[in-house]
Amino acid sequence: MTQSHRLASGGRIDRSKAVRFTFDGHSFDGFAGDTLASALLAHGVHLMGRSFKYHRPRGPIAAGSEEPNALIQLDDGNGRTDPNTRATVIELFAGLRAESQNRWPSLERDVGVINDLFSPMFPAAFYYKTFMWPKSWWESVYEPFIRAAAGLGHAPTMADPDRYAHRHAHCDLLVVGAGPAGLAAALAAGRKGGRVILVDENNALGGSLLNDADGPLEAWLAEVSSELAGLDHVTVLTRTTLTAYYDHNYLTALERITDHTGLVDGKSPRQRLWRIRAGRVVLATGAIERTLVFAGNDRPGVMLASAARTYLHRYAVLVGRTPLIFTNNDSAYRAALDMRAAGTSIAAIVDIRSNPQGALIDAARGDGIRIHTGSVVVGTDGRHRVHQASIARIGADGRLSETLGRPLACDCVLMSGGWNPNVSLFSQGRGRLRFDDALAAFVPDRAMQAVECAGACAGTMTTAGALSEGAEAGGGGIDLPAVEDIVEGPLQPVWAVPSDRTGSRPKAFVDFQNDVTAKDLGIAVREGMVSIEHVKRFTTTGMATDQGKTSNVNALAIVAGQLDAAIPAVGTTTFRPPYTPQTFGAIVGSGRGRLFDPVRKTPMHGWAEANGAVFEDVGNWKRARYFPRPGEDMHGAVQRECMQVRETCGLMDASTLGKIDIQGKDAREFLNRVYTNAWMKLAPGKCRYGLMLRDDGFVFDDGVTACIADDHFHMTTTTGGAPRVLAWLEDLSQTEWPDLEVYFTSVTEQWATMTISGPNAREVLAPLVSEDISTDALPHMAWMEATVAGVKGRIFRISFTGEVSFEVNVPAGYGQSVWEAIVERGKVRELCVYGTETMHVLRAEKGYIIVGQETDGTATPFDLGMDWIVSAKKPDFIGKRGLERPDLKAADRKQLVGLLTKDPDMVLEEGAQVTASDRITIPMPMIGHVTSSYMSSNCGRSIALAMVRGGHALNGRTLHVPQLDGSVVDVTVTGTVFFDIEGARIHG
Amino acid sequence: MLLIECPFCGPRAETEFHCGGQAHIVRPSNDVDDTAWESYLFIRNNPKGIHAERWVHNHGCGRWFNALRDTVSDRFLAIYAMGEKPPAIDGLEDGNDKR
Amino acid sequence: MQRYSIVSIARNALTGHRNWQRAWRSPEPKPSYDAVIIGGGGHGLGTAYYLAKEHGLTNIAVLEKGWLGGGNTGRNTTIIRSNYLYDESAALYDHAVKLWEGLSQELNYNTMYSPRGVMMLAHNVHDVQVFKRHIYANRLNGVDNEWLTPEQAKAYCPPLDIRRDARYPVMGAALQRRGGTARHDAVAWGYARGADALGVDIIQNCEVTGIRRDGDKVIGVETMRGYIQAPKVGVVAAGNTTVVMDMAGVRMPLESYPLQALVSEPVKPVFPCVVMSNTVHAYISQSDKGELVIGAGTDQFTSYSQRGGFHIIEHTLEAILELFPVFSRMRMLRQWGGIVDVTPDRSPILAKTPVRGLYVNCGWGTGGFKATPGSAHTFAHTIARDEPHPINAPFTLERFRTGRLIDEAAAAAVAH
Repeated sequence: MTQSHRLASGGRIDRSKAVRFTFDGHSFDGFAGDTLASALLAHGVHLMGRSFKYHRPRGPIAAGSEEPNALIQLDDGNGRTDPNTRATVIELFAGLRAESQNRWPSLERDVGVINDLFSPMFPAAFYYKTFMWPKSWWESVYEPFIRAAAGLGHAPTMADPDRYAHRHAHCDLLVVGAGPAGLAAALAAGRKGGRVILVDENNALGGSLLNDADGPLEAWLAEVSSELAGLDHVTVLTRTTLTAYYDHNYLTALERITDHTGLVDGKSPRQRLWRIRAGRVVLATGAIERTLVFAGNDRPGVMLASAARTYLHRYAVLVGRTPLIFTNNDSAYRAALDMRAAGTSIAAIVDIRSNPQGALIDAARGDGIRIHTGSVVVGTDGRHRVHQASIARIGADGRLSETLGRPLACDCVLMSGGWNPNVSLFSQGRGRLRFDDALAAFVPDRAMQAVECAGACAGTMTTAGALSEGAEAGGGGIDLPAVEDIVEGPLQPVWAVPSDRTGSRPKAFVDFQNDVTAKDLGIAVREGMVSIEHVKRFTTTGMATDQGKTSNVNALAIVAGQLDAAIPAVGTTTFRPPYTPQTFGAIVGSGRGRLFDPVRKTPMHGWAEANGAVFEDVGNWKRARYFPRPGEDMHGAVQRECMQVRETCGLMDASTLGKIDIQGKDAREFLNRVYTNAWMKLAPGKCRYGLMLRDDGFVFDDGVTACIADDHFHMTTTTGGAPRVLAWLEDLSQTEWPDLEVYFTSVTEQWATMTISGPNAREVLAPLVSEDISTDALPHMAWMEATVAGVKGRIFRISFTGEVSFEVNVPAGYGQSVWEAIVERGKVRELCVYGTETMHVLRAEKGYIIVGQETDGTATPFDLGMDWIVSAKKPDFIGKRGLERPDLKAADRKQLVGLLTKDPDMVLEEGAQVTASDRITIPMPMIGHVTSSYMSSNCGRSIALAMVRGGHALNGRTLHVPQLDGSVVDVTVTGTVFFDIEGARIHG
Repeated sequence: MLLIECPFCGPRAETEFHCGGQAHIVRPSNDVDDTAWESYLFIRNNPKGIHAERWVHNHGCGRWFNALRDTVSDRFLAIYAMGEKPPAIDGLEDGNDKR
Repeated sequence: MQRYSIVSIARNALTGHRNWQRAWRSPEPKPSYDAVIIGGGGHGLGTAYYLAKEHGLTNIAVLEKGWLGGGNTGRNTTIIRSNYLYDESAALYDHAVKLWEGLSQELNYNTMYSPRGVMMLAHNVHDVQVFKRHIYANRLNGVDNEWLTPEQAKAYCPPLDIRRDARYPVMGAALQRRGGTARHDAVAWGYARGADALGVDIIQNCEVTGIRRDGDKVIGVETMRGYIQAPKVGVVAAGNTTVVMDMAGVRMPLESYPLQALVSEPVKPVFPCVVMSNTVHAYISQSDKGELVIGAGTDQFTSYSQRGGFHIIEHTLEAILELFPVFSRMRMLRQWGGIVDVTPDRSPILAKTPVRGLYVNCGWGTGGFKATPGSAHTFAHTIARDEPHPINAPFTLERFRTGRLIDEAAAAAVAH
């Protein structure tokens, strides 16, 4: 195909680089510098999509990111697929594959258009009023149908091959928008030496200058661009959309790095999300032209007048050969003049105003362009492209008077409903807006952060004004090019143009993408939706992917008209981030997989991995759960490990336990306040188990703390609880008891910790230790400095298995070598390495609790049968008063008990509920739940721990555990210790 | 994301901090009644306006400090040390917004 | 009330949709009502509806400071489920689910309750234990909840990544098939229309500025539009509850936090259910319109600004991509925030207060939408009878004094 609508010269495209691409499978050519939209328009193709609800044929109405209609699915076939991409911002590259959306079987012949025929049945919010009968059909018929009809493009189904990056930046001044105002601001600030970041969503600097630049401005643009590029402290980012303006001048900007190249080198990230903390922000975001709301305003070929100028000036593309201009202001005359100068034949200018005056009008008249003043377009015709428009005169009362005899032939309608300062970011940054009657638009009013608006964003619609405001905002002191703006006359808003066409067919669209018509807004108001937020939600106007950039003010004004209220009284619409849709990938950046959340590994992790460990996640830690031998499942491995620990000995990596080094003259007093038991007399060399409560009296954490010296302690915590325990201790020390001199240091990762446990433990360990570790020298609950396998460390004689146990701590870097020495030495004594699962079984055999498994944040020490650890003598400790609350002393609290199933081979599931009766009725009263449950080879049967209401008084009673299959298992309540009940082994 | 002026380190991103909730809560003695204890544990000022609260620079110096923040604008009005009384701000008494 | 149906749409189509009636009136406040509800969200409007419908109290008003459903009702991610652990919670939320099931027909307004299943993912041994505990308890409470293997979870939700070597591998899931979503605006509007038809005055743009007491009982409310006498006042003001209750001199165990959510651009159906992961903090479904609806977490500080930090959004999307890497190229269309009122045990307060005639319904935290009909229904009972319905009886203010908390969060979130 030839580029029938491309001018022979002009534009900012690179004609030396032809680019081939496909659209819906057809091959086209364009030039480097084109967008997909401009390249298709160069071929005379306007039809690029179908609307959401009625499947109306649509072409682009805009040339930038505000485009609602021309949404495209890009797909390179290798996982790079992007639904809902605006054709107007897709930069062309060789091999680009674009598909239209929301049509079947093809864009030209879309059967979905039947919705348009039945559109009287689909008024705004029709779905709230129907699909309720028969009831079951909502789920089975109606909703699936609605869902299939909704949506636009298709979500990716393959992994994203691209990667994304983040950049954190700080600057004195962030300038958003590189039009005349933004450039002047950046230049002024840049020359003063401040750190400046200038971002613009386009691929080139210039903004409106790219359309309007004459000689001197063009030269200025070139000079400024090169000067800014040469300033080290100025960062200029093109193809970068300032997406969001958050609090405390924190903003995000999305830089597109490879999207426009089609090249995939595997090195460059696809996009980079900048997170910018700015001292000050200048918003020079320009203005966005409004559509006019008239019957048939959505036909392909109908577009914004400014868009036609952009296609002409930047891409040398004529959007039509017989344009008809429809406007309520002067700016569209520029489009008429430019199109005329480019050789098209202007069908007419239809101006709502009865007596427009000024230089632009004179110029149009001078060019011989026919101007219908006091007139409006009341309808358009054409199937996939407008080919004529009907004109009527409109009176001062807003009513149509006479219709122009015959529709005017045209192949495009260039409309202008005035301009909205692009205040989206200002509003996102909490700035307050006010309605400006002269512009008939919202303009910035009061800033709530360090931000200024300049140029059209501030409602200043001249280039000279933009330059000077920008320079001022940037700190002033620069020379500006002399610009003489043509003075424009006032606009005359007509928010909803009446139509003389009857019936429901002629539709005047407000929100193009979501197919919201002026009539829909009327229905919303009629039904009592008086807030603009209600109208938006009821009709979905402004909720599409363009977020109503061209339509929101129209909607607001039409609703205000219906309510006979002033526009500001109806409310301003809320601008929500992001400014344009932003990829999840870019937001996440490199925070994927292992970098999503760091993995913590112990010093012996490598050994465990090499020896076949199966790991589990505990907090951020990877812990070896069990060490299966070939052919062994978890059950087999755990049974073997459990038996062996109690028969010979076992070795476990306990490095993940939280370890806090506590020092200071008041360290002991501090411990005495945070633990429930007594700490004043614990001698150096000794260890003690402690339970920590929260102020509410519930168990918070537990662990053994050793007294290193009178003013020095080594505290251990649970693995998952370590960070919150440390934070809690710091909080108390700094804010509650600042008078106590005590210091905390996390040493979790400084020590490698290995527990060797079992009857042979001492025999295995002793030869490796330089010191005497006999029971006399190192009794249960004592610790000593020791040299293990040549490494200086500490040995704690503490046990979580009920066997003789030594917890060897050595500096982390030596962990694996000491571990290997113990393993080597252990071979003669049948030492087995075991994991957390075996540790869980062994401690359950002894009735030792695990905080977080037996407890769930609502258990007291008394519930756990641990009355012995709560000092009755201490005047205070954290949790003491909390325990006194009535419900914490109630008789029917859940209490920790043991459960034995009648069938010794039956292992209950953890989480199963306990009932008093075996007759199941729903709802069934539950009196407790199983917290821990294992097959215990050492006991020769299954064992379980449970929290049961009033359980301490139920010893020996039969209770019941209903199963998910409806059966019921009988259990007997027992004590919580199942093995070595007298506790002799631990001291051996 | 807020920018918080750590009195020890200077301005830092909010992600380096943890908010510890309402400031100036006095831990009562053990002999208070259940209502007073409930109040200590659970009842908080939740003003729509200026709020005195505690922050800790936990991914920095690890130090706690107090701040006055407007819960409508989320602007910080003052940063002051633990143990200090809130500075005088128009419309503010004892850390409670009376405006 | 004008009945809605396909027939009424057809009839109105013939007249160009010019004859639709107002869904609710816009009355001037009267000087006195039998009861006043402060807060025109789903819970408040529903309360008024049930007060009128089931308790015959029709001389009542709902006072809304902004527009109906403009608070958390219109800002949440619309997840509905009842698979809570404790008997008290399960009863309350399941009461709501039962009402959801017939709500469209009850209100003659399509609330689009869609039981597409809520799947909660387990990522570690602790999660498995916790979810199993929920399943056992739920079954005995008559609440459906079942365990799925990773493969079954993937079959139920095909975009789910169940690779074993993922940073947070999926070890299984708890599925409540009756869980799902509903259309948030429709709930507010449906209740408003229903209440209005029964005579309830719904008064928007009417901020309450004071609560008048006579000794220990309430006698009326001051508003921007004048004083309104009422012997019974129900406060259903979500994030603004403490502001209102302070006016009555009642201090509440509540703090208000920003909670954010976001949607993607709309795409064709790709996500069949609701997936939640508490461990990585991800909550996602796809709306009827095609947007992926994603819930984020709360910010760490209290705020009334209805906006939160971007790092919260970032973390949420990290979690989403961890579970659903195929969504990496999807785009965030819109993000927003609400204000959630959170109690110390994360369970609501639906109760009488120390002030006679003053009732409070608050503390729903991040999960109030799902409870809307159940909350409204039992709260109406509480106001009308001056005593709680058995279902909301445990959700008292006193529990914070006695310690009888209903701590779902502690039961689920403690890791070891």
